[in-house]
Amino acid sequence: MSHRSNDRTPSRRHWTKRSNPIAGLASFVWLLIVLIPLYAMITTSLAGPEEAIGRNALTPPKNPTLDNYGLVLDSGFSHYLWNTTLTAIGVVVIVVCLSVPLSYVAVRNRGFWAGGAFRLFLLGVAIPAQAVVVPLFLLITKLDIYDSLWAIILPTAAFAMPVSVLVLTGTLRDISEESYEAMALDGASPTRMLFQLVIPLAKGGISTVIIYSALQAWNNFLFALIFTQSEEPRVLTLGLYNYVSQFGVNIPALLASVVLSGVPIFVVYLVARRALVSGLMGVGGK
Amino acid sequence: MTYPVTKSAAAAPKGDVRATHVGRPHASWALPGVLFFTFFAVVPMALAVYLSLTDWNGLGDPGFVGLENWKNLFTDPQLMHSLLVTVLLTVVSWAFQTVISLLLGVWAAGKQRNRAVLSAIFFVPFLLSSTAIALLFFALLDPNYGVVTGDTLGTTSGAFLAIVFVGAWQFIPFHTLIYQGGARQIPEVLYQAAAIDGATGLRQFFSITLPQLRHTMAMSGVLMVVGSLTYFETVLILTQGGPGTDTKILPYLMYEAGFRSYDYGYASAVATFLVIAATGLSLLLVRVTGFGKMNSVREGM
Repeated sequence: MSHRSNDRTPSRRHWTKRSNPIAGLASFVWLLIVLIPLYAMITTSLAGPEEAIGRNALTPPKNPTLDNYGLVLDSGFSHYLWNTTLTAIGVVVIVVCLSVPLSYVAVRNRGFWAGGAFRLFLLGVAIPAQAVVVPLFLLITKLDIYDSLWAIILPTAAFAMPVSVLVLTGTLRDISEESYEAMALDGASPTRMLFQLVIPLAKGGISTVIIYSALQAWNNFLFALIFTQSEEPRVLTLGLYNYVSQFGVNIPALLASVVLSGVPIFVVYLVARRALVSGLMGVGGK
Repeated sequence: MTYPVTKSAAAAPKGDVRATHVGRPHASWALPGVLFFTFFAVVPMALAVYLSLTDWNGLGDPGFVGLENWKNLFTDPQLMHSLLVTVLLTVVSWAFQTVISLLLGVWAAGKQRNRAVLSAIFFVPFLLSSTAIALLFFALLDPNYGVVTGDTLGTTSGAFLAIVFVGAWQFIPFHTLIYQGGARQIPEVLYQAAAIDGATGLRQFFSITLPQLRHTMAMSGVLMVVGSLTYFETVLILTQGGPGTDTKILPYLMYEAGFRSYDYGYASAVATFLVIAATGLSLLLVRVTGFGKMNSVREGM
């Protein structure tokens, strides 16, 4: 992260530049809490079968091996990863296409129905997806999409919408009335305003929505557990869960699968950390 | 109100008309989103209420049984126990996560290089899915093959605290980030004024930082409450509701009733109960923090 040049001149120091030893110490403690499980995960995943039992996880294995990773990759890992990728793409496309026009209406149309739509989503934030799996199960079977990726994509997208709408309406409220008026004077239709004013100015909010909904898809377990059963539509989270019974007491292999599941998104994090972090920050609202 | 009839002024009211009517999108643009959400979230909620009045085993058609499931629900000692565990888990998780992410977030809002580096590391657990994190701690806490000696998950308090800890380990990075973003938006001028008045750092934290972060707290609080109701996979993988039934939270009770015992009617009663509890809790949070009136976060300044 690069410093802005004026940060270095003492007279213009930002208030947050003060040091705070107590908070510094606390954050060091949290650093250990974060790193120790990650470290134990990686060292254990490299341990061979003879070392798996009764090993002190804080010492690296004597004979590190990648066999556990090979075993995971031979057990359908890439197929599950591909399914998760497809799910994430589907969820993101649905959420963006539906929530952008909806938020535009909620902010710009002062009518009764637009206000009602906004309140529906405000309340929707509180609906836990868990609570509706039983009736959703009924709907999914009636729609004849049981045991397909759609059974995961559609409900996941629906439950990602409330937060997305809240984030987007927050962003859209910052577009000034004057900008709309200027375009209206040019004779712009609402459609043209959406594409030439709203979407370009709401880029930050839209990237937050993309990241948030992709993470919902990435994390989804319950819908996959209940709405799919065969190998074909199995996503990564459910694949990992099935490794518990498949690998049994082979803890190193299980941890290797956990490490591998983190690799793709870790690469994304390394490449686009700023976009990811500032996007997620947006979930907290402006 | 009369306007002098000149060319430019005559154009002005016409422009206003455009701005208030023509320039505004029709409410029907919201329809696809509303219908989609209604179909997959609101209709299932209504359906849950209906199914809770039926006897349905997943095959064939649900048969109406009236309030029987509800009678069973409220006489089931397991329900009160599950409710208690769920509320306790939610409150403890909320308190634990809020305190840590507030402190870390405000600290990380500073632009120092070391803070930036640590923030980047703090974020890493959030990159793993909840399933992966539950598996990680399942492996690390395994009494025979794990790396933590002792049967942590075999004791009631151990299992409960493990779930709280695993949830916190996963979600604190996210909430820290939200607080970091919130803290960076607090206008610096407030702190300058306080410094001139001689307020100490601690005083500034309680008089400026905390009140200015109330919307952030509301949003993060609602997400935490809804999030901790959904520690389902953590419970499924780590404890399966055990030892005994000591960590059987409501979502897990519902899952067992529906997808293990195939008593979907009873499961729907639990689900309905869960929706009411979650909505009530969130409404309370929204009311307490004034989140619903979110026209401008900087109101009153």
